[in-house]
Amino acid sequence: MNLRLRKNANRLMLTLTGVCTLAVLIPLFLVLYYVVRQGAAGLNWALFTRLPVPPGESGGGMANAIVGTLELLAMAIVLGVPLGLSIGVYTAELGNGRGLDKLAGAVRFSADVLTGIPTIVTGLFVYALVVVPMHRFSGIAGGIALALVMLPVMLRASEEVLRMVPQSYREAAMALGATRWRVLRDIVLRAAKPGLISAALLGVARVAGETAPLLLTALNSSQWTLRPDQPMASLTVGIFNYALAPYDDWHRQAAAAALTLIAMIILLSLVARAWGRIGEVR
Amino acid sequence: MDRFYPWILRALGLIVPGLVIALGWQLYQGSAASRHAFGWGFVVGSSWDPVFNHFGALPFIFGTLVTTAVAIVLAAPLGIGAAIFLAELAPNWLRGPVGYLVELLAAVPSVVYGLWGLFALVPWMRTILEPWLIAHSDNLALFRGAPYGLGFLAAGLVLAIMVIPFVVGLAREAIASVPRVHREAAYALGATKWEAIWQVVLPGARSGIAGGVMLGIGRALGETIAVTMLIGNTPTVSASLLAPGYTLASVIANEFTEATTAIYTSALVEIGLVLFAITLVVNLIARLMVARFAGAGAAA
Repeated sequence: MNLRLRKNANRLMLTLTGVCTLAVLIPLFLVLYYVVRQGAAGLNWALFTRLPVPPGESGGGMANAIVGTLELLAMAIVLGVPLGLSIGVYTAELGNGRGLDKLAGAVRFSADVLTGIPTIVTGLFVYALVVVPMHRFSGIAGGIALALVMLPVMLRASEEVLRMVPQSYREAAMALGATRWRVLRDIVLRAAKPGLISAALLGVARVAGETAPLLLTALNSSQWTLRPDQPMASLTVGIFNYALAPYDDWHRQAAAAALTLIAMIILLSLVARAWGRIGEVR
Repeated sequence: MDRFYPWILRALGLIVPGLVIALGWQLYQGSAASRHAFGWGFVVGSSWDPVFNHFGALPFIFGTLVTTAVAIVLAAPLGIGAAIFLAELAPNWLRGPVGYLVELLAAVPSVVYGLWGLFALVPWMRTILEPWLIAHSDNLALFRGAPYGLGFLAAGLVLAIMVIPFVVGLAREAIASVPRVHREAAYALGATKWEAIWQVVLPGARSGIAGGVMLGIGRALGETIAVTMLIGNTPTVSASLLAPGYTLASVIANEFTEATTAIYTSALVEIGLVLFAITLVVNLIARLMVARFAGAGAAA
């Protein structure tokens, strides 16, 4: 092959990788543009303050779904974050694979398996585990399902953060006579705190957009639901139902809810990145 | 506390493998009625008839595989190309923001992709893309039939968008982990930049890239909501990508809470079992590939 041909091939293929990158980003812009344009048109106070109205009537809002999403996320945080963090401490601090703690390898592996399980299947599991014995769909079942989705994410993220705490910190504290528990509580966890907060926020952002497991657990509701043993509305299930219904007003509300949801998630992920950066500086 | 906390942590750690086992066991138990009634015929049976309580999963397995195939055929080359651009070519000031935007693709909720797909992508496909494909594909079986908009192609397109960030993420890491000296050796032999990438960097990153693609396949297989909104929800086995279909995940999402008989519910749980088994195998292969690339990186 002569040099000019090779140089042209070089230029062509390098340009193509740039074209690929553009092709990857264009759908993102199209989706964001659609959601912002349609969503902004549907945004109004009623969306955040009013309950849904019966099918076919226009007006009403999704206030109960917004509150429901916050309740579900709160339950998922309470269940998923401490558990994920504790097990992350286990795999990071004790999981060097000696003796009994060879178990840590199995824990890590299971967490990877759990990450790969479709969330609709997680929903089936929680349905059998919680909804069937309770004889009804409930917010707490939804919270448990979201916590299960969050658990492996939180676990692997906190493990990574803990591994970034320099070994010398631990050694210095031990040299001063601190017990292993004190080292963990007062040195390692404290040093890792910003990173751990970032990990938790990323976990929340990850499950905030989940719909599939909620369809089989929290279901939906057209009322305010503050009781966790009752079916609970959520933004995602609301968007799903409204989008598939044949009413223009509901489509508008679905787009506005989608805009609210995306804004929430992007905000969470930006705050998480900021916290993560604080963690790196220290 | 010093003596007890390792034991508390170990006990908590056991929860994770326990969950995986309980999940598999629950699906196995829950599908007992359906497994006994239909045996292996469930996997190859193509009728799905809740009225006469006859259930076969073939159209759903078919739909899941076809949408995943469409998604990965589009996502793999685009994702690898973008990963090359980000790892090898992009100037520093561009790398951070573009990388963040690609990650943002993974942060957009499934239901929002579904919403956009339903009201923006599908109408465009119905009026422009699909008529064009039908007219210009020379009566190819893949693009035959009426332009519904909803169907395998629409679901596959949106799935492609959704799995691209997973492909880009791992491929980019794998490419970046190829040692600099390998590239320099290629340049010293007179290779152009592209020749160095194609003949040295990509082979070195091969197992990491393959792992990323497998991970994307795993995602696509289990993705539920966006697909449910776009595939048309009709259990069909069709050679045409323009036809409406159904997938394993979306039949659970649509019918589980409305299943009226025990055998119907059990059949849907067995669908979940099939989905669980397929994604488990794909994810295991992906992990093995990524582990091999991590091992190779450490050795180099």
